[in-house]
Amino acid sequence: MAADLVDVSDDPRDVRAPGLPREGDDAPPASFVVELAHFSGPLDLLLTLLREEQIDIYDIPIARIAEQFLVRIRTLRLDEAAEYLEMAARLLRIKAQMLLPRRDGAEAWDDPRAELVRRLLEYQQVREVVDVLERRAEGRRNRFARTAPPAPERQASAGPLSVAMADLLAAIDRLLRATRGPDIHAVIPRALDVAGALAAARSLLARRARLRWRDLVRLDAEPWEILSVLLAVLELARLGECVLRQPLAFGAVEIIGLDAGPETLDGDSETAAAPVLSSHDPAPAYDTASAAA
Amino acid sequence: MTPLAQLLEAALFASGMPVSIEALAALDPDAAPESVEAALAELRSRYDEGEHGIEIVEAAGGWQILTRPEYTAAIERAQIASRPHRLSAAALETLALIAYRQPITRADIEEIRGVSAGSILKSLLERGLVDVVGKADALGRPLLYGTTPAFLEHFALRHLGELPRADELAVALRPAVEAASASASAPAS
Repeated sequence: MAADLVDVSDDPRDVRAPGLPREGDDAPPASFVVELAHFSGPLDLLLTLLREEQIDIYDIPIARIAEQFLVRIRTLRLDEAAEYLEMAARLLRIKAQMLLPRRDGAEAWDDPRAELVRRLLEYQQVREVVDVLERRAEGRRNRFARTAPPAPERQASAGPLSVAMADLLAAIDRLLRATRGPDIHAVIPRALDVAGALAAARSLLARRARLRWRDLVRLDAEPWEILSVLLAVLELARLGECVLRQPLAFGAVEIIGLDAGPETLDGDSETAAAPVLSSHDPAPAYDTASAAA
Repeated sequence: MTPLAQLLEAALFASGMPVSIEALAALDPDAAPESVEAALAELRSRYDEGEHGIEIVEAAGGWQILTRPEYTAAIERAQIASRPHRLSAAALETLALIAYRQPITRADIEEIRGVSAGSILKSLLERGLVDVVGKADALGRPLLYGTTPAFLEHFALRHLGELPRADELAVALRPAVEAASASASAPAS
């Protein structure tokens, strides 16, 4: 038997039923594992017994073997493993069958051991093959193949690069030109002067009933000024002092003073929804404010 | 060495795995099959006659460069490479059954071995020594297992036919029992 070839780490617990006490056993667990490694199953143990007892496999003294089997699994503490118990039960049943009185016509007798013999022979064949495999594996184990690293996923590789240094430098130059650094804005918080714009718009409206956006905002106005005027005009509209109209889409916005104007409020839908704004809100100036122009 | 033999040497070196004779022949489309065989023979004799630490070995239906066994201990001591773990007796029994009875179901393996085979089959699958080759027509359509090229390589087999035939085993069976009985060392009381 090839007990010394057993790699215990591979599957030492196979013969044990799951969930059995291990460390708590009163037998030292170490010896258990060592003994366990000697047998790969109940048939292995049975075959070993037959060999030790020098018994012909075709004529097994079943009572003796059954007894020895039971003793063995008890001393090896295999008696909790289901497969060994099953074999023990099988042996005892065969033993009982052998005790039954036979009829005189002996050739009609069905040997209750026949099935066991068949299994043992079959298993012995397996052991024989295992010996062959073991010898061969050992021969191969003593030689190393070149350990090539696992081949990487084959990529659509265009092969090694062939590039002149000048081309490489030109490419780098193009790249540097193409990619400007990100535009970083220094955002300067500037308080809006909504109150001032409001006063200016009121005074203008007092003089003229109808204003255009351009009348309120200088051409070179700063964004914060534009935004202040926008908020001031919206505030006037909210307060009902003026109406905002835009007769054409994207056309000029008209600011019509309500005090002075006899105009009807037919353009009311154009009136900007009035946000509640505190004129003292300090808010940063946005470039987007010019979009309102 | 002929250029073709050198080409084969390079290919065998580049591959860690056994290279089939077809793959070797494909290296040079102009080479006739006989000349490939001849180049291989030339290469092998080079390694056999010359003083080399490696040799060219036939395995798993192909050829492979392997180190010579006499240097294994030193290589392993220097931790340059380490030998794979031996398989347990249970694993070997399972492999033997699969090799001879393939395709075979787990239930058949367990019936012959008399123990459950689930965890062993799992680890054999993980090591790539066996593979699922189909499903049986039986109830529940159980998986069928078979051996792989890695199995052949592990056991230094060129092909499965190199294993002793089943009838050879059967013939050898009875004398083996008697021999074992005769040589049994410690008769029990």
